[in-house]
Amino acid sequence: MKYNVLIGGAAGLGIDTISILVEKILKRKGFFIYSNKDYMSRVRGGHNFIQVRFGTEPIYSHWPELDVIIALDKETVEFHAERLCAAGVIICDESLKIEYSRTVKAPLAQMAAEVKNPRALGSAAAGALLKIFGQNLELVKEVFIEKFERETAESNYHAFQLGYEYAPKYFEISAANKDSHILINGNAAIAMGALAGGVSFYASYPMTPATSIMTQLSMRQDDTGIVVEQVEDEISAINMALGASYAGVRAMTGTSGGGFALMVEALSLQGAMELPLVVVNSQRPGPSTGIATRTEQSDLDFVLTAGHGEFPRMVLAVRNPEDAFYQTARALNIADQYQVLVIILTDQYLADAAQTIEPFDYSRISIDRYFAEAKDIQGERYKRYMPTESGVSPRIIPGKIAGAVVLSDSHEHNEYGHISESAEIRTAMMNKRMKKLELLAQEIQEPEYFGVEKPDMLLLGWGSMQGPMREAVELLMQEGKPVGALVFGDLYPLPTKLLKKYAGTAKKLINIEQNFTGQLAKLIRQETGIFMNDSILNYNGRQLDSYTICSRLKKEVL
Amino acid sequence: MLDPRIYDVKDEISWCPGCGNYNILPSLKQALAELELQPHQVVIVSGIGQAAKTPHYMNANGFNGLHGRAVPPAQGMKIANKNLKVIIHSGDGDSYGEGGNHLLHGIRRNVDITHIVHNNQIYGLTKGQASPTTALGQKTTMQFDGNTSDPISPLALAVSIGCGFVARAFSGDKEHLVEIMKEAINYKGYALIDVLQPCIAFNKVNTFKWYKDRVYKIDDTSYDNSDRVAAFQKALEWGDNGIPLGVLYRQEKSTYFDRVSYLEEGPALVDRIWQPKDAERFMEDFR
Repeated sequence: MKYNVLIGGAAGLGIDTISILVEKILKRKGFFIYSNKDYMSRVRGGHNFIQVRFGTEPIYSHWPELDVIIALDKETVEFHAERLCAAGVIICDESLKIEYSRTVKAPLAQMAAEVKNPRALGSAAAGALLKIFGQNLELVKEVFIEKFERETAESNYHAFQLGYEYAPKYFEISAANKDSHILINGNAAIAMGALAGGVSFYASYPMTPATSIMTQLSMRQDDTGIVVEQVEDEISAINMALGASYAGVRAMTGTSGGGFALMVEALSLQGAMELPLVVVNSQRPGPSTGIATRTEQSDLDFVLTAGHGEFPRMVLAVRNPEDAFYQTARALNIADQYQVLVIILTDQYLADAAQTIEPFDYSRISIDRYFAEAKDIQGERYKRYMPTESGVSPRIIPGKIAGAVVLSDSHEHNEYGHISESAEIRTAMMNKRMKKLELLAQEIQEPEYFGVEKPDMLLLGWGSMQGPMREAVELLMQEGKPVGALVFGDLYPLPTKLLKKYAGTAKKLINIEQNFTGQLAKLIRQETGIFMNDSILNYNGRQLDSYTICSRLKKEVL
Repeated sequence: MLDPRIYDVKDEISWCPGCGNYNILPSLKQALAELELQPHQVVIVSGIGQAAKTPHYMNANGFNGLHGRAVPPAQGMKIANKNLKVIIHSGDGDSYGEGGNHLLHGIRRNVDITHIVHNNQIYGLTKGQASPTTALGQKTTMQFDGNTSDPISPLALAVSIGCGFVARAFSGDKEHLVEIMKEAINYKGYALIDVLQPCIAFNKVNTFKWYKDRVYKIDDTSYDNSDRVAAFQKALEWGDNGIPLGVLYRQEKSTYFDRVSYLEEGPALVDRIWQPKDAERFMEDFR
């Protein structure tokens, strides 16, 4: 059993508040939740909406068909009514002129006036919604007490009750299990992974859709003793993070494509200095400013080679909030172990998509720093770039060992870090650094596979496409189609074992991506010589859902 | 006092013979030695340029980063380990041109670092183009018909945005330079020293003699360097009427560490004790 609710209206009308209430209440009642946001880059006006899917079994993605629309304005109905299912219901204020038979026209504004809080209109709508789904009032009041200050909590809860009393019951839904979940979105999960993984310093410049990572860290900096610094630009963000990393703390930065572009010179500095660094690129549609609040997967090509010269790096994409948590903590360890750059790709869809999942298992996380100590340093003078068999040189914390100084340089340098133009040293240093790619290749994780054992049709995707592709495979399997999907998390170095295994027997390989050029397909071709037979590409700024994937596959491929 | 020779390295120095940098380097070693700072307690940070080679010519921790980007990593490492003495050594192009934005915001952030600018009013490493402090109309190896932009007054800029320690020194007066460096390094907050320095290869206007004939030391007995308006006026003095040397402006103000109080009170960030389990409590926020 799954239901889908859309809450829509102009920016500033309070759809966020409604969705937080609805999501929290339904979650506490034990339902699985999946919500995603679709909003414009403006503070007031325009049209924004949030879709909240809930049900008694896990949900991995959004869905086009709607059961209920909460319309805070007329446009919401105009834009979305065609997606209402036959039994669908609209909730709106009685003042809206809406010609649709199954509309609950409640005096929401009047209810808000009655509780003397004009902003409580949304709470009244949330009350109506809960009643429509036949839920009781258990566990509801607590949500209001947590969300609002004391007085507003009372007025909002009162408005909720009025809305609840007014609305009829429309749906008969089965009871859920006891709630044991957390409800978290992709960016918050990255921030939680960073905290668990021991990040001490996060420097960043606000840019949608990466900003909320910084917000999630910043609200906890006092409590954890970490430093979150909002800097003057992304150039400063990454250079500051590198300075902090040099001094021995775990440092991280995050941005979106445009900010990442500004960081590129310093990515290369990381390569020369071999300082551990994790950079998040939360993608949005480009080119240039593009569409600030929409989603795309178009920076894979860019991040694979961003930075002048050649240096090793690891690129991974997070696939859902749970993955985002564990992979962020993992990225921090890999960066330290090999003194490399790890780039984490996410996107607006996943950044803002909240899902009910099991609480994170903190016993699975370790913080492994790999510092050398005084006894490990050979000879009289510390060699920051000492040649070793692995290519990784012993790294110490500057200032901690009397007599040992640490010199890091953006120029080609000798083993002490001093400028060198010697052909011999240059070759040795390049070999030393690039050798780490072999080590990284041993660290990589294979993509996740869903589907039948021997698929005829193999779908390939990455990152946030995981949820929609997983559901699409389920739908196609229900129809008896011999289909499977590989969804990549680690992208570079590219894991190829499962790819070769399934590609070897599948008749058709189809990449499904949120970009124009099929960037994963290109990477696979480049690394393995395997060509896709077809592709489903989407670059309208909105995430493909499983329904659309299936219908496009049938129309364009099958 | 330590022996300044502990800061020596054997590596070859690639500055031109006669370069003003040859006076600044030993002055820095002298200042650090007098302050009894050991090489491992100090980090010399730079961008790119002739002055920015300083980390290679000293036995100390060093970070020779990107052009214009000395200030951000310097702040990052000081925030990460407050026990380090972080000193930026870079040129006028690096500090006032490519890195101008970082200077502005570094001053605002007021992390406790010292920023020493080797100001020779020309680009040396790239062979003689105009820098942000080159005089209007001055002919260079690129501006054949004369520089078409006004020079900035770095000290007036620093005073105007509230830098708590603003000083000028001259590479030709080593003793004075050492004293200014010591005071700047001891100052709690962002300290800017603009060090006038002839470029014998590319700046034929602002020569050693040109500076020598114009610089004068501020009279500490009559000049109140805590007066910001007076300091701004002083900072604007330039050219044939005299160029003031000394601490033009000094004000004790809250530093970044005062503003992020747990950094000031607690251990250095690099010594923060933290386990993954310590973050588990935040799961409650998502229940």
